[in-house]
Amino acid sequence: MIQFALKRLGIAILVALTVSMLSFSMIYLSGDPAVALAGEGASQEDIENVRRVYGFERPIIVQYGDWLVRALQGDLGHSNYLKSDVASVVFERLPTTMLLGASALAFALILAIPLGVVAAIRANSMIDRVALTIAVIGQAMPSFWFALTLILWFGINWRMLPITGTASWLNFIMPSIALGYYVTPAVMRLTRAGMLEVLSSDYIRTARAKGLRPMTVLFKHALRNAIIPVVSLSAVQFGFMLGGSIVIETIFAINGLGFLAWESIQRADLPMMQAIVLVFSVFYILLTFLADLLNGFLDPRIRVA
Amino acid sequence: MSNKILEVQDLTIDIPTPSGTLHAVQSVSIHVDRGETLCIVGESGCGKSLTSLAIMDLLPRKAVRKATRLELAGESVFDIGERRMSDIRGDRMSMIFQEPMTSLNPAYTIGDQLTEALRRHKKVSRREARDRAVFLLEKVGITAAASRLGQYPHQLSGGLRQRVMIAMALMCGPDLIIADEPTTALDVTIQAQILHLLAELQREFNMGLILITHDLGVVARIADRVAVMYAGQIVETGTAKQIFKNPAHPYTRGLLACIPIPGQTARGAHLGAIPGIVPSLVGRMPGCHFASRCSEVRDNCTTAPIPQFEGAEPGRSVRCLLADEATGREPAREGAA
Repeated sequence: MIQFALKRLGIAILVALTVSMLSFSMIYLSGDPAVALAGEGASQEDIENVRRVYGFERPIIVQYGDWLVRALQGDLGHSNYLKSDVASVVFERLPTTMLLGASALAFALILAIPLGVVAAIRANSMIDRVALTIAVIGQAMPSFWFALTLILWFGINWRMLPITGTASWLNFIMPSIALGYYVTPAVMRLTRAGMLEVLSSDYIRTARAKGLRPMTVLFKHALRNAIIPVVSLSAVQFGFMLGGSIVIETIFAINGLGFLAWESIQRADLPMMQAIVLVFSVFYILLTFLADLLNGFLDPRIRVA
Repeated sequence: MSNKILEVQDLTIDIPTPSGTLHAVQSVSIHVDRGETLCIVGESGCGKSLTSLAIMDLLPRKAVRKATRLELAGESVFDIGERRMSDIRGDRMSMIFQEPMTSLNPAYTIGDQLTEALRRHKKVSRREARDRAVFLLEKVGITAAASRLGQYPHQLSGGLRQRVMIAMALMCGPDLIIADEPTTALDVTIQAQILHLLAELQREFNMGLILITHDLGVVARIADRVAVMYAGQIVETGTAKQIFKNPAHPYTRGLLACIPIPGQTARGAHLGAIPGIVPSLVGRMPGCHFASRCSEVRDNCTTAPIPQFEGAEPGRSVRCLLADEATGREPAREGAA
């Protein structure tokens, strides 16, 4: 298991390095960064000055190395727009987004996994059909529209929940549902498919032949095997949700990383965007790594691979 | 007979399909005594596996099971509800399946899967369950048994896994074991070992054993009594000796003709083969199921259902008009294996 974990960690680090290169090269996406930084109407002399101050005249690999070393020390650069340290702003916003992401994922899994299990046990029944309908609607509905609908009914018409901000946990309910609902269909369908396959497997018949109680058969023997692909999918979906949080945080005016990303794009705040992309990516890689570990724990055969 | 562990009478299994009802098993009657081995022989699709699953009440949901009697040690176990049935399964009767490679849960250790049945059915401590598992693993010929408990199924070979399955079936000390083609998926050399093991354990623990197989070689080696199945019906029953020495049903004779016998079958001689294919079991079939492939078929074979005729010797029965003429007896009651 330890060997497996180390191997996975090694892969995760390699991926993180690659991602860091990509996010570093973002500065060069919109042409010469020195020109962009110097601003409109700057003289050639000013541009050269900026180039020298920021070290843009050095070979790109050296710049990357320099940037990476500083990033590893927690220095993600300086935001010209906010006139402040990028890292401190990013890490101040990060917990809000993580909280939103985690509660959205929790909502999705709590809704999707039991629905998927029931849909599999009662395949082609009424419950299965209802669950399928929920899945189709979820897949078809844009999250921004769903968020606005939630606001309209629960926030404005019924005045049940606060619409904006992060004042209390109540504020997180609607954004979590809006963000999490999008993930529900995929998780549910995968759980259903996995359960259907596992329930017809030989070892489930063995478990029943041993006289185990139906609940033991279902949860101990079936779900553990059926859930393995769901774990991987959830990690991937969490990544999508981080992207989705840009929309949701903007709609609900939640001061998280997603909202910051949106603001930074508008302000062309390159170092900030670079840092956000990096943080999102690293977080995503971390999640995938954790999902791998969890799967290794669930299925001993994965550990050897 | 108080010695009867299992008594099945008129077991019928119907499976609804889009093209009509599939009469997979038709009025099958068998019984097994304590310490006895009954082999159910037949080719693929004849209903022998379904019969075994029906006894355990493990049939697929859509299959419809009927029987006039299904008794374990004199006590009815037919339609007694899933809860009571699960108390019996694994405790008083257990099953060994054909596919050792997929019959164990890949996510749990051998030890966990061995002990859980015992801990489910009997009030034993973790420790006692573990000791019993080690004891039985040694019994089924697994070396370093204690260290195997922590291993996962994928770390064991097919033969070892089947031994684990056998040990698992024995955990609660059942009265009856049903082994559904336990050696089919194994290497030939391992097959003999597993069979030998089963026979030995059955004697030692004085259990009833139902062995389901299509391999007459297996039957010859370990059966006390034999029930030959064809197309959902039992066509012939008798002791192993009777069946091999004096097969009465044309199908049984055909099966036996397929096996080469060292020293008797001439080199290069053609082995017997039964022409034709197994009939579809969808819809009712009048008369003998084997008629379309039988070399001795007559006009009246296909007009009316063929009853099970009691043979000349006790315990013998044949579902064939010719055999009836040969013994000159009246038809016995439907099925008595």
